[in-house]
Amino acid sequence: MIKIDPRRLWQQLTANVDSLLLSFLLMLMMIGLVVLYSASGQDPGKTASQMINMLVALSLMWGVAKVPPQHLARLALPAYAAGLLLLVGVMLFGEVSHGARRWLHIGVTRIQPSEIMKLAVPLMLAWFLDMREKTLNLKDYGIAVLLLVVPVGLILKQPDLGTSLLISASGFYVLFLAGLSWRIMLGMVGMFAGSAPILWSLLHDYQRQRILTLLDPSQDPLGAGYHIIQSSIALGSGGVFGKGWLNGTQAHLDFLPERTTDFIFAVFSEEFGLAGNLILLALFLLVIGRGMVIAAKAPTLFSRLLAGSLTLTFFTYAFVNMGMVSGILPVVGVPLPLISYGGTSMVTLLLGFGMLMSIQTHRKLVQS
Amino acid sequence: MKRSAELRNHQKELYYFRWRLGIAAAAAMLLFTLLAGRFFFLQVAQYDYFHTLAENNRISLVPVVPNRGLILDRNGVVLAHSYSAYTLEITPSKVKDLEATISELAELVDIQARDRRRFKKLMEESRNFESLPIRGRLNDMEVARFAVNRYRFPGVEIKARLFRHYPKGELASHAIGHIGRINDADLDRLEESDDLANYRGSDHIGKLGIEQSYERQLHGITGFEQVETDAGGRAIRTLSRRNPVSGNNLTLTIDSRLQEVAEQAFDQHRGALVAIEPKSGEVLAFVSKPGFDPNLFIDGIDPVSWDALNNSPDKPLNNRALRGQYPPGSTFKPFMALAGLELNKRSPSYAISDPGYFMLPGNSHHYRDWKPGGHGSVDLQKSIIISCDTYYYGLANDLGPDNIFNFIGQFGFGKKTGIDIEGETSGLLPSREWKMRRYKQKWYAGDTISVGIGQGYNLATPLQLAFATAILANQGKVIRPHMVRSILDSGTNQVQLAETKPQTTLTLKPENLDLVKKAMIGVTQPGGTAPRVGANAPYLVAGKTGTAQVIAIKQTEKYVESRVAERHRDHALFIAYAPADEPKIALAILVENGGHGGSTAGPIARAVLDYYLLGKLPAPPVSAAPVVEEEHD
Repeated sequence: MIKIDPRRLWQQLTANVDSLLLSFLLMLMMIGLVVLYSASGQDPGKTASQMINMLVALSLMWGVAKVPPQHLARLALPAYAAGLLLLVGVMLFGEVSHGARRWLHIGVTRIQPSEIMKLAVPLMLAWFLDMREKTLNLKDYGIAVLLLVVPVGLILKQPDLGTSLLISASGFYVLFLAGLSWRIMLGMVGMFAGSAPILWSLLHDYQRQRILTLLDPSQDPLGAGYHIIQSSIALGSGGVFGKGWLNGTQAHLDFLPERTTDFIFAVFSEEFGLAGNLILLALFLLVIGRGMVIAAKAPTLFSRLLAGSLTLTFFTYAFVNMGMVSGILPVVGVPLPLISYGGTSMVTLLLGFGMLMSIQTHRKLVQS
Repeated sequence: MKRSAELRNHQKELYYFRWRLGIAAAAAMLLFTLLAGRFFFLQVAQYDYFHTLAENNRISLVPVVPNRGLILDRNGVVLAHSYSAYTLEITPSKVKDLEATISELAELVDIQARDRRRFKKLMEESRNFESLPIRGRLNDMEVARFAVNRYRFPGVEIKARLFRHYPKGELASHAIGHIGRINDADLDRLEESDDLANYRGSDHIGKLGIEQSYERQLHGITGFEQVETDAGGRAIRTLSRRNPVSGNNLTLTIDSRLQEVAEQAFDQHRGALVAIEPKSGEVLAFVSKPGFDPNLFIDGIDPVSWDALNNSPDKPLNNRALRGQYPPGSTFKPFMALAGLELNKRSPSYAISDPGYFMLPGNSHHYRDWKPGGHGSVDLQKSIIISCDTYYYGLANDLGPDNIFNFIGQFGFGKKTGIDIEGETSGLLPSREWKMRRYKQKWYAGDTISVGIGQGYNLATPLQLAFATAILANQGKVIRPHMVRSILDSGTNQVQLAETKPQTTLTLKPENLDLVKKAMIGVTQPGGTAPRVGANAPYLVAGKTGTAQVIAIKQTEKYVESRVAERHRDHALFIAYAPADEPKIALAILVENGGHGGSTAGPIARAVLDYYLLGKLPAPPVSAAPVVEEEHD
């Protein structure tokens, strides 16, 4: 007979879990479920399905946390190559939905390869720069930029402005943290500013419209401006303490678009007010803070860069979404991390946090 | 030493990384502070402003629906227009007891059981914050009675809406089409093409014909009003307004008088007629009989009218001109003759001795001519004039299926003409590949024989036949047929003309064309198969009759029209263009179960040609009302 020691079993189960990070994440996910219930018009089915998404994502996170960082590093190149291949596949055979080509049918299911790149790009860049650590020179940075630009270009072409923005950011963070010189960064900013007119001409009409609408939403109050105007009304009318859970009029009178996904923050904000917003910001900051501590303590360049980039990308997610809902950024279609409805982004996010936990909990082994 | 240097280096690197991480953390803090500031601005500083916006929904944006573009015929006669009228509308979400409200309204305004049923159906189909019409076209008395009692009915209002009207009713209904209420499938399409915002406030969308295919031109750009509303959702005053831009006006190529003449010439017959101006590809008349009244469809057709149209054995909803596929029969022969000449399989002087049938070598099957006993000696000219089948059995056999497919395909058989309305069918010009694909069978020599006289697998739409005739009349110039002549942009007032340049020109020897054309003139002369078409006409008509079998006749039997049930009689076909020396009009006519081509389709052709070329109206038949031009606004 095998004796099971419950204490040992528990220890083994939680060995690779960062309890501090997990508790912050769980708090945010709880808030997510509470808001979703209200935003979906008190639909228990949708809330339950999101709960299942979360459970799946959490178990995947738990699994990834068990994988040591050096094994993650070995995954970088295959994951990146596969992601790139699938992106080309999307370009050639992808399924068009709402004017964008983002999905690829594989057998019975369909996947969105740009989602894979959200993790594969930072992994690849961190692995690549770690490999060239001793001799890191300008040429290496050049190659790294190329590794970033190719997938971003493919995703931009789909077109998916939101995702390509997030992936650019994740790649840029790796380069920044690896010590890319300020002068080059300034140069890049200059180049970007210089090429803005060219980029503008490459954008799709609807993307241009979104930027113009941000500058003056009243230009198009029935079309693209409608989202921004209505979400501003939702936020503003929430006041300091909000209208209370399930009492948001903007949300429930159907004024808010995409209110379970991209605009869920407007529902939260209307019902919980400034106080709720600040609590949410604080929770996001705690997650980011914990991620930065993990990055700062990480033993290898690879794990440092990966942890730092993942953390900062998470911040970018949150900032871009809240910025767009509150009307200081254009509507680019980025969900609010851990809160918005949707299984895919939940899984991607928690896989990222699994990597952070792996970096944190395998630290001592590497040092010893 | 080396090891310690590496260690120091490592330390330095770590220090540098943490410094960078610190900068990033500071930036993140700063941006989050910015967000917090924005929240403070919206939720504290501007709270009162947004509070009122949300609380009373004080300012609502009301879309102002643009006036749908006019559809005019080539002479400016109005075929479709919109007019404004009052409707009584209810917003169900703002009304507590819907049944009671409707009953009370019925005391002021005439509301029938039918109106209630339609309203129920609309409610099921729409989202409940929409305002839905319960009664349209209120008269002045009703408007006044409701206005006085308005305070009793929160959530009910009178709105001015635009109604579509087709003043000519059935005339050219299959070309003009109609609009109808936007349904879920339309909404999906609009969302897909990013046009949904422009349809906020629009209830109708083109469903068929020109109305459907030119939806983008006709709809216009929706304007909007920012209005201050009270708690009941009623407009108090307008704060700002952007005017809608009306839809563009379409001028069709169709001549409505010619259309009228053509439709009346069909009398009680079912069938189709397409007339094209060869040099421009403009469709002058587009008839599919019977037609329907498009006005019935605009706000959802009532079940009784729908059943009548949908279940009628005459199938008035079928667009026979665009979608009806019929064996082209002997109208195929001029194209076959041209193929024989161009591909050097026949010379003008070559003549056969026609025994009344054709046999393939080594096969006893008799491919019979329509005339028992045959036509004697037949050369190419005569073969067209008297429509000799035996001549074409042999020619088809000599040409072979590949030559027929390639050469005749150039005249548009077997593919869509590319006309500018949706739903066209492509007919069928059979080939070896097609037969293999369709039946998993190889091509037999016998297949070619029946293809040669336009029977067998051959299928063509009346539009395709008219198109092919126009190409022939136009010396091989291929011009896409179209029904919209010009578009008047109501924003810029600029006129955009349709493309009338040839897409391609077929390489045909002029002497071969002349020979075939001369033979086609012979068809409408004494001795031809349609002498009545050309009788006493001051212009020359080139034509060809055709007959399409509806049921197969046994090898030993003889087809006798009077013995066959009306619906099983052959279809009559006729293609023609005139004047033969300088063609102004090319046409194809199909009369379902009309028997022989010359006798039923011929008189229709003559009536159309007489009107178009001479301005002569046919003598009014006893049953038909005199043609009176309507007044239009």
